[in-house]
Amino acid sequence: MSSIVIEDGLFLIVLVALSFPLGHYIYKVMTGQTVFLSRVIVPVERSIYKLMGMNDEDEMSPRKYAFSVLIFSVIGLIFVFGIQMFQSSLPFNPENFQAPSWDLAFNTAASFVTNTNWQAYSGELSLSYFTQAVGLGVQNFLTAATGIAVLFALTRGFIATKKTTIGSFWKDLIRTTLYVLIPLSLILAIILVSQGVVQTLAPYKEIVTLQGGSAQTVPLGPAASQIAIKQLGTNGGGFFGLNSAFPLENPTALSNFLQLLSILLIPAALCISFGKAVKDSKQGRSIYAAMLILFVVALAVLTYSEQYLAPVFQGVMASGNMEGKEIIHGVGTSALWGAATTAASNGSVNAMLDSFTPLGGMMLMFLMQLGEVVFGGVGSGLYGMIAFVILTVFIAGLMVGRTPEYLGKKIEAFDMKMVCLIVLVPPLLTLFGTATAVLMPQASTWLTNSGAHGFSELLYAFTSMGANNGSAFGGFTANTIFTNVIGGIMMLFVRFIPLVAVVFLAGNLSNKKIVAASDGTLSTSNGLFVGLLIVIVLLIGALSFLPALALGPIADFFTTIK
Amino acid sequence: MMKRIGKDLRPVLVCFMVMTLLCGVIYPIFVTGIAQIVFPNQSNGSIITITQENGTKIDVGSALLGQEFTNPEYLIGRPMGASNLSPTSEEQNTLVQERVAGWHVLDQNNTGDIPMDLVTASASGVDPNISPEAAEYQVARIASARGINEDAVRTVISKYTSGSFLGFWGESGVNVLKVNLALDGLI
Repeated sequence: MSSIVIEDGLFLIVLVALSFPLGHYIYKVMTGQTVFLSRVIVPVERSIYKLMGMNDEDEMSPRKYAFSVLIFSVIGLIFVFGIQMFQSSLPFNPENFQAPSWDLAFNTAASFVTNTNWQAYSGELSLSYFTQAVGLGVQNFLTAATGIAVLFALTRGFIATKKTTIGSFWKDLIRTTLYVLIPLSLILAIILVSQGVVQTLAPYKEIVTLQGGSAQTVPLGPAASQIAIKQLGTNGGGFFGLNSAFPLENPTALSNFLQLLSILLIPAALCISFGKAVKDSKQGRSIYAAMLILFVVALAVLTYSEQYLAPVFQGVMASGNMEGKEIIHGVGTSALWGAATTAASNGSVNAMLDSFTPLGGMMLMFLMQLGEVVFGGVGSGLYGMIAFVILTVFIAGLMVGRTPEYLGKKIEAFDMKMVCLIVLVPPLLTLFGTATAVLMPQASTWLTNSGAHGFSELLYAFTSMGANNGSAFGGFTANTIFTNVIGGIMMLFVRFIPLVAVVFLAGNLSNKKIVAASDGTLSTSNGLFVGLLIVIVLLIGALSFLPALALGPIADFFTTIK
Repeated sequence: MMKRIGKDLRPVLVCFMVMTLLCGVIYPIFVTGIAQIVFPNQSNGSIITITQENGTKIDVGSALLGQEFTNPEYLIGRPMGASNLSPTSEEQNTLVQERVAGWHVLDQNNTGDIPMDLVTASASGVDPNISPEAAEYQVARIASARGINEDAVRTVISKYTSGSFLGFWGESGVNVLKVNLALDGLI
């Protein structure tokens, strides 16, 4: 266990150490300052604006900003759906894959334009290299950039006074992609290739096994380039069906370390960027602290459960839970990855989550059910957490009888309506989806496990889609018309209702004047506030999901105590 | 009206096309180019090619994908296929007990407790590695099946054991396929 503590501790130190410089860099990008890459990128950026026929100074009203995000996503949705349906006539399809069913193609398209990357398919068995790179890979970049863009817009809402615009979506999107996502992905992709992640356009390779001389297929493809952005953009959709548990997607300890780091790196750095942008670094750091504390507590429970609450079998050396885990990743980094991928709305895996211990599996679910605000998706995690901050300020304001304010902006009725949409839509849809699925007469045939663990598989699936996460208890049969359609619609609602609410919140905040802090103003950057924020996040999550968790993982846990 | 829609749609469509070209075509092709030039073996699946006695070359596997071994003279890896079973379920307990019995049939002289990884399925179902303990557990059987001494087997195993990253991250693993190829004198 002590070795796992060292593993986790050093990982977190590296994460925090890197998040500060990266956060500073992203802050400069978001505020349009010159950075070291500007010399190379500015000409490209300018020519894109020119092609689009837009002026460098154009700004958008909230309505126009939200409309641009939506129309851009609709085009992405149609494009990804279309590429899949026509992949047999498109190039780079060496394995001659045909089109998937319409419902699966819809589900996949919805999943990738919402940064969820729920996968009801297995990449190496159904999608061409073209579909993967041009359809899905592009969305990995664009949805991540969209999340960060909307966060930028919200941030501007806090800085501006009496302004009706919140920046330009196109500039935010393009700058994030060019300055942040592509350079980081490029570096990561090349290191991953050096470790053995495949990157080729050649067809699959057939080999003959040593004992028995039977055939084995080695699936190939342009994987490393996609895996890099899948991790950095909190997308999580594996190039291969088994995701980063598959050795060709995550072959070594180093690749495992870097991929794991990439899950949390940008969401963590954005806290720093936010603090700098609102000219009060403490504000960013206190949100960061709240996220870290929630993360470390969840990680501790998860790791303890995997290491010490594993079953003991007769005639077998006692050890942590190794079912569904790879040797070189071990219990330690598998548990750490589990916590990171569910905290950060990533959804990639390096172990089979379905085979986690009952309490371990519960922590995975609960991290998602907190609303994906413990780091959360790139951009979306922080704007979700800022909604919780406003909620906390509001509740604290009610207790002392003062008009709540955050960063000098008075929080009023319209703002709270938007916050409610951001905070309550995900749990509402998750519970609705789960309840509908349970009512389906054939639901039990979708499950691998029975009893309470079987219910956990189902609850996990709808939690994952209802949180735009994308990870899964692999025993759940996802590719059914019901789950594809309901899940696809859920993912779209959960992504875009809160997102549009954030944009309008940004517009409303932008329009207000900034009031000076007085003695009576509640500090939002001290330990007390961090504690309050954590309590509110836990409260909303627990109130929404405890009954469901009691039927699944908690019941599962108690049946194992004999 | 049409003109207005055209004006509104131009940035959307141009932005989408340019970004698709950059992120979906130029970026992956650029990475593929570097990968193929600098890391030709890694980027093509880490394939192990051997030269047979008659001089022909054959591909015997990927260093990163486990193969099924059952014969006593080979190092045997983890059970093939991922289960997704709950570790605390009855089904899992039954499966593990069957595997335990299987190991005792294969090697009747070894009655000690079996390392956990040999009786549990991995995440990928093709885990190329086993733990050093799981390799050590099989040394005596391999040596006697091949009629060689145990230290010779241990030497081969330690040659294909990878350590953790910087000594703190991840666990050691023994690459089963490479050990078996080396035992057969093929690499």
